[in-house]
Amino acid sequence: MKLQQLSLFLENRPGRLDAPLEAIAAEGINILTLSLADTAQFGILRLIVREWDKAKRVLEQAGWVVNLTEVVAVDVLDRPGGLATVLKILDGAGLNIEYMYAYSLRRGDKAILIFRFEDPDRAIQVLLDQGLHVVDGDELMSVAAA
Amino acid sequence: MLTELWNDAEGGFHPASAPDFLPATALKEVQLRRLRAVVARAYKNVALFRTRMEERRLTPDAIHSLADIQRLPFTVKTDLRDTYPFGLFASPMSDVVRLHASSGTTGKPIVVAYTREDIEVWAEVMARTFAACGLHRGDILQNAFGYGLFTGGLGAHYGGEALGATVIPISGGNTDRQIMLIRDFGVSALCCTPSYFTHMIERARELGVDLRDLPLRVGIFGAEPWTDGMRRHIETEAGIKAYDIYGLSEIIGPGVASECSAQEGLHLFEDHFYPEIIDPETGEALPDGQEGELVLTTLSKKAMPMIRYRTRDITSLITEPCTCGRTLRRMRRIGRRSDDMFIIRGVNVFPSQVEAALLAVEGTLPHYQIILTRDQGLDRMAVEVEVTPEVFSDRIGALENVRTRLAQAIEHILGIRVELRLVEPRSIARSEGKAKRVIDRRNEGG
Ligand SMILES: [Zn+2]
Repeated sequence: MKLQQLSLFLENRPGRLDAPLEAIAAEGINILTLSLADTAQFGILRLIVREWDKAKRVLEQAGWVVNLTEVVAVDVLDRPGGLATVLKILDGAGLNIEYMYAYSLRRGDKAILIFRFEDPDRAIQVLLDQGLHVVDGDELMSVAAA
Repeated sequence: MLTELWNDAEGGFHPASAPDFLPATALKEVQLRRLRAVVARAYKNVALFRTRMEERRLTPDAIHSLADIQRLPFTVKTDLRDTYPFGLFASPMSDVVRLHASSGTTGKPIVVAYTREDIEVWAEVMARTFAACGLHRGDILQNAFGYGLFTGGLGAHYGGEALGATVIPISGGNTDRQIMLIRDFGVSALCCTPSYFTHMIERARELGVDLRDLPLRVGIFGAEPWTDGMRRHIETEAGIKAYDIYGLSEIIGPGVASECSAQEGLHLFEDHFYPEIIDPETGEALPDGQEGELVLTTLSKKAMPMIRYRTRDITSLITEPCTCGRTLRRMRRIGRRSDDMFIIRGVNVFPSQVEAALLAVEGTLPHYQIILTRDQGLDRMAVEVEVTPEVFSDRIGALENVRTRLAQAIEHILGIRVELRLVEPRSIARSEGKAKRVIDRRNEGG
């Protein structure tokens, strides 16, 4: 149920996103979602793609340093309090969230959030126990295709 | 006894290596005889040297023992510039068969000359270098030192051939082809600058070539100082033994000193190059074991003898016997070259100090560059460090932490503030020869 996320290092300069995204696009690899976290000096580009292993190879051959991380996608009701409910559950279970961001596509009245947990396996167990819907890779692809 | 050594099946010993095993007394005899001859030759043919001897009321007859060398005047790098191009030659041009020149970063280059005999000595000391690094007949040696005016390429080339190795004269550059030939030709030994080889390792990894799976066994690296950490990185990543060699164009080129299987200091080929260690401030000779500036006298050079040449390299001599059996004295690896030193806010800084800090934090040495700027009269130092797979993380906090630790490690060693910038992999220019570690923009306008 975990998803593979690719991260790469970027300097914080205009236009720095272009090169890696073009390298992936040139191989016909579909980007499902991306998020950029940055400081004044540098940034980290996080990507979820269809063929992560191929994308990783392509990026590394082009000279990028690529990091592979397991993340968890969760369905959250897209209305006030929807996110708060999930966070409360996670907090109650003492789960550490390293960071999170929203998946670019929505599904009906639900948004999909991507979480980076310190302990993704336990997080998935807690979320399932509380009746939340954890979105796996295939499902995420089908949202993109729909 | 020496014959037995020569026939060692491992090929660690070659007939050319015989002088490496001379008993101390025989070595001293050879040195004294050659020293007297070279001083006489320089006195007779080089005006600058003769003038300096006359100022000291000295003639070549003043040399009775090796210790008398301390009475002779020094030669310094500016002497070569001041007498540009041919002022220090001791042979007529009709006897000179080769000229090399160094690329000085400013002004005139330094010109060096060789007679046919000098070229033979050079081939001999380079053959002894390769033999000390465990090469022998049958080895395929890829020579990635630059061919041309730089002494590295041709020096290693003639030495490799003299040893009986198969030499590939690929020169520097075209890294993809270097890797292709290493793989396709079954290259067993390679020589170049250590920084260029780390670039080859990096590129091989990108091309999906694992150097550890190939026959490559030995790397012979020189022409710039490199750290033990860099050696460990090279040896692990390429699955080879990495040896340090030393030389400089003014003396002959590569072939002045070489490590052996023990990798504990470089044996000086002191039957041709007589070493002294002096206090760089006072010029006084220092006892063996003490650190100071290396001074070399070419005992057998004909075209361009160098008497007490100040190398500006900081090291010390090791007199204890070496486990390899060579009787030649060793010098410690050069960590600091006084030419590389820069002064910022009154503090003397060597790039190797920055390297030591980066290495302590990261475990391996990342590509880095030091940039000096001046802002409203105040010098600033920035260190750009390429992000490596070892330190990269998907979390901002972890990267900020790396950046802080790197900056603190450098500040701790140097005692001055630095701005540390993490930069993208491959964003710092790679060099095919000596790495350019310091960019000084302090005198550029503004
Ligand atoms: Zn030895």
